[in-house]
Amino acid sequence: MQIRQVASENGVPRLVLSGRCTLSALEQQLQSLSAELTTFAADPNLYWDLTGIEQLDDAGALLLWQAWGACRPEHLSLQPEQERLFDRLGNIPAAPEPVPRDLLGPIRAIGNTGFLVWDHIIGIIVLAGQLLLDVKFLVTHPTRIPWREISVTLFRTGAQALGITALVGFLIGVVLSYLSSRQLQTYGADIFIINILGVSIIRELGPMLAAILVAGRSGSSMTAQLGVMRVTEELDALAVMGIPHSMRLILPKIIGLGIAMPLVVLWTSAIALVGGMVAAEIQLGLSYQFFFSRLSDVVPIANLWLALGKGVVSGMTIALISCHFGLRIKSNTESLGEGTTTSVVTAITAVIIIDAIFAIIFSNVGIL
Amino acid sequence: MDIIMAAKNLIIEVKGLHARFGAHVVLENINLNVHHGEVLTIVGSSGSGKTVLLRQMLGLDTPFRGTVQVFGQPIYNGNRDVLQSMRNRCGVLFQKGALFSALSVYDNIALPMRELHTLDEGMIHNLVMLKLKMVEIEAQHANKMPAELSGGMIKRIALARAMALNPELLFLDEPTSGLDPVLSDSFVKLILTLRAELALTIVMTTHDLDTLVALSDRVAVIADQHIVALDNLRNVIGNSHPFITNFFGGDRGKRALTGMGDNF
Ligand SMILES: Nc1ncnc2c1ncn2[C@@H]1O[C@H](COP(=O)(O)OP(=O)(O)OP(=O)(O)O)[C@@H](O)[C@H]1O
Ligand SMILES: [Mg+2]
Repeated sequence: MQIRQVASENGVPRLVLSGRCTLSALEQQLQSLSAELTTFAADPNLYWDLTGIEQLDDAGALLLWQAWGACRPEHLSLQPEQERLFDRLGNIPAAPEPVPRDLLGPIRAIGNTGFLVWDHIIGIIVLAGQLLLDVKFLVTHPTRIPWREISVTLFRTGAQALGITALVGFLIGVVLSYLSSRQLQTYGADIFIINILGVSIIRELGPMLAAILVAGRSGSSMTAQLGVMRVTEELDALAVMGIPHSMRLILPKIIGLGIAMPLVVLWTSAIALVGGMVAAEIQLGLSYQFFFSRLSDVVPIANLWLALGKGVVSGMTIALISCHFGLRIKSNTESLGEGTTTSVVTAITAVIIIDAIFAIIFSNVGIL
Repeated sequence: MDIIMAAKNLIIEVKGLHARFGAHVVLENINLNVHHGEVLTIVGSSGSGKTVLLRQMLGLDTPFRGTVQVFGQPIYNGNRDVLQSMRNRCGVLFQKGALFSALSVYDNIALPMRELHTLDEGMIHNLVMLKLKMVEIEAQHANKMPAELSGGMIKRIALARAMALNPELLFLDEPTSGLDPVLSDSFVKLILTLRAELALTIVMTTHDLDTLVALSDRVAVIADQHIVALDNLRNVIGNSHPFITNFFGGDRGKRALTGMGDNF
């Protein structure tokens, strides 16, 4: 846009604007132009001539309008289209006030968190109750059991998790075995590596590793799946078809993960033991055969049952928590991200709490 | 001289474009030019590839074969700056609105303005409220989130966002679907006003005959993966392709076309 000041014949100063006065044309010089126009606008006798402007859009008009102080200058000549544009500028509605900041906000937030936790606990219990009713219904109507969905969950959470759990399990086994054997060597108690690895991996590490990995992997995907179904209104579509979410979406996940989890636990523990065995052979020279034959002597079989039991409970808990948070997601992407995070954090915490509870209840079981 | 003029007037040039998803061929050998200042309407039955063609023009999908030039620059040569500057000059209204669900209505429209980094907040506020007024959304809705809006409101706000930077080139995918007839009419008026004020080029798809008749300078008809007609409305209606006779024929077509008067 060009600004030209000319003195007209009757001595009135005239400001002639020409060129393109649009957002794209002005973009870089917006600030400087605004200042320049404001200084011109300070002179009330100035005659503004906008008829030479080729293109004027609302941003350009707004620039002039603001320079004039939100009213038309006394002397102004416009094209008819520009006339309409400035008419529109005359009454811009103000955006509604954002909700005023609450000074007690932080304190209230603490209280609300308490209520929210309570709300979640109640929600999970209600969901679990609903699922029990669904199970009761399915027992009497066995043809309605969602086998397909259960097998999909088994495949996704079980079969597809084998790779990552194996890798992590093996590495943990190697590290644990290596570190312990160095300590044991100094006391000449090499052979106890089998006790240490056997009990710690089968009873604790295997189930915990598997549960944490599955909570991160499958828990997040379950929450996200339900959340996206909320965002895209698929949950509502299911509801109007009379297909209950709990029976079709949630129950299969809980049953599926309840079956898959102990198997993943078994697999993780086995691979971790293999890792430990390899490291023990390299570090201490314990043969594989010896390791195997001692293992069944020093680790009571009860430990294995305990691990599988933990697997079933933590698997079902992870699925329940993930589905609960998935259903709570609101239809926007931010809530989706937030809900997934909370779900995974809660699921992992819950798994650790379950482990602690098992440890207390079964403190006398399976220990020589 | 004429050739240079013609080249300068060419906003979009699509040459020999093929688009397919796996083995499913959607578009075959599409040739299409869009000239400066015109409204080109793309029509075709549902699922004929209108949205796919728009996405190709925007560089969101790469063509299987063929080229697309926008503002005289090919958009698939991997030059990010060229693509970016082209996109700054375009506004897009997606078929489903595509509002950012985590941002309020106000912030959705303010986002492209803030991205310019040259406008101050006061100016942005006025511009946003102007755009909202333009699409007849009341100020009280400005703080709502997209999930709290009706389908037609989403459409209109998406339109306001597409126009946020007063683009030279506007892509509108079904701008009037989901609007009541009164709002469709005011959409048509809005576009006509904007065209009078600015040199606006519009590529639009629509199923709404009234909108099509009121706005289109030229109409491109997609059927059987090809463009079967590309001309002004009068000549397209004269075409005897079965899709065209179905689309414009019948009572529905006659009713819309009687309103055309001299444009026809
Ligand atoms: N991402 C994709 N993957 C596979 N196929 C696709 C994809 N997008 C579109 N298609 C296919 O391309 C064809 C054209 O789709 P398109 O969305 O362009 O239709 P349209 O002409 O815009 O229809 P409508 O009027 O209903 O919006 C359809 O058959 C669709 O199935
Ligand atoms: Mg479409």
